[in-house]
Amino acid sequence: MTTTDATTSTTTSAQPRRALRLGVAGPVGTGKSSTIASLCRALADEFRIGVITNDIYTDEDARFLRAEGVLPEERIRAVETGACPHTAIRDDVTMNLLAVEDLERDFDPLDIVLVESGGDNLTATFSPSLVDAQLFVLDVAGGGDVARKGGPGIGRADLLVVNKIDLAPYVDVDVEQMLADATDAREGRAVLGVSRKQPETVEVLGQWVRDMHSTFREGGHTPQDPGPMAPHFHADESGEGGYVHSHDDGEPAHQH
Amino acid sequence: MLTTPTPGPDRSAALLLLSDGRLPAGGYAHSAGLEQAIARGWVRDATTLGDYLRGRIHTTGLVSASFAAAAQHRTASAMEAGDAGGTEGLAPLGAALAGLDRELVARTPSPALRRIARDLGRMLLRAMRSIAPSTQPVLDAAGPVLQQPIAYGTVAAALGLTARDAAGLVLYEAAATPAVAAVKLLSIDPFATHRCLVGLAPELDELAERAAAFATADARDLPALAAPLSDIAAELHTNHDQRLFAS
Repeated sequence: MTTTDATTSTTTSAQPRRALRLGVAGPVGTGKSSTIASLCRALADEFRIGVITNDIYTDEDARFLRAEGVLPEERIRAVETGACPHTAIRDDVTMNLLAVEDLERDFDPLDIVLVESGGDNLTATFSPSLVDAQLFVLDVAGGGDVARKGGPGIGRADLLVVNKIDLAPYVDVDVEQMLADATDAREGRAVLGVSRKQPETVEVLGQWVRDMHSTFREGGHTPQDPGPMAPHFHADESGEGGYVHSHDDGEPAHQH
Repeated sequence: MLTTPTPGPDRSAALLLLSDGRLPAGGYAHSAGLEQAIARGWVRDATTLGDYLRGRIHTTGLVSASFAAAAQHRTASAMEAGDAGGTEGLAPLGAALAGLDRELVARTPSPALRRIARDLGRMLLRAMRSIAPSTQPVLDAAGPVLQQPIAYGTVAAALGLTARDAAGLVLYEAAATPAVAAVKLLSIDPFATHRCLVGLAPELDELAERAAAFATADARDLPALAAPLSDIAAELHTNHDQRLFAS
């Protein structure tokens, strides 16, 4: 499936404007919420923005964003993902899809809806039935070698953000090398080094979103699926190692 | 003209699809009150989990299943009328289901439970619009917002299932949702949770028969059994910090 589900949605009244739906995924603690806060600060004068947060539990991220005061707080809504954030952006997007459609209807016209995934592992990416484009967020403090590991989010999200670059000297990471590794892993797709303490980097990130919005508005953007899941490891019940498999050969999906 | 799927035992694949926990309709994020029951010490192990599930299916489970059966019957009747005389026949469906919805809401004292059932019902209807586009005329006539048991009944009818199917499905869901959530919330053998479900199977079937018998009943005459602790748990859960499940 390469198109979003918006065309099949049904509301009885006039259709609200279809916003650019932009996903923000990445491991726990890499700065997804603060990236969204930065984007809202940079773009709130130009675009009408709404935010859906997904937490592993409760609505912590929505509370953080409301406290940051970057948007009218009613335009920030939380979806609880039953301790399984991965499922809510990929296998079962209905909760998020409905939340996005509700936001678009209630605050019509919105230009951009940001959907923040609950922090998960490197294989968690958004289904194109939920978002039009997605950012994958890493940070330098997670280790300079993470970008080299690849995987669907790092390799094929529309944009890879390497966050907290101001921390690099303290964690012995060579930012230029990490960005170069990421660019290699992505075969030339966009990579940005960002720190909210370096406003010029936030401006470049904001410009990327502006450009994506223009392309989307002009109908020039087709949602890409970064998946299928990369081969991954399962511990063996007997405790004797485990096995690596992938899901692209007709194996049934399963819970992790 | 609509084509009403033929009801009967040959629709079992549709029943399996609808009752499959992997159906992408948002249900996996809910524990049906179990998380709070565990937090309060009401459920502690496989034995008390079994008691919790039994209490649930015999009270709110039976009520939900009866409303699902009633919704199936009203939807199937409207579809037959639609087949006979074009889409005009579906027109009264919205009002019939809204009447059922009001009766079910009246049987649900907790505002949190009403909101959760409404959200789950909306998600099921939203998901089915994409999953089974052929059901769209029926779902449009039914309306986008229905309590979950009524949504199940309507969707079941749209897929050609019977009132008994709808009742059995809702009862199984009432037991399986918390049973599956238990493994994330308790230190419990996952086989033990399914052992509870197997143990309840004869009761689930018997209750489904009873619920299905209400399919044609007036909405006012549907069962009104209550489970007050479930209502209290749902209210407590809305303010429970660091919950894993939305309900």
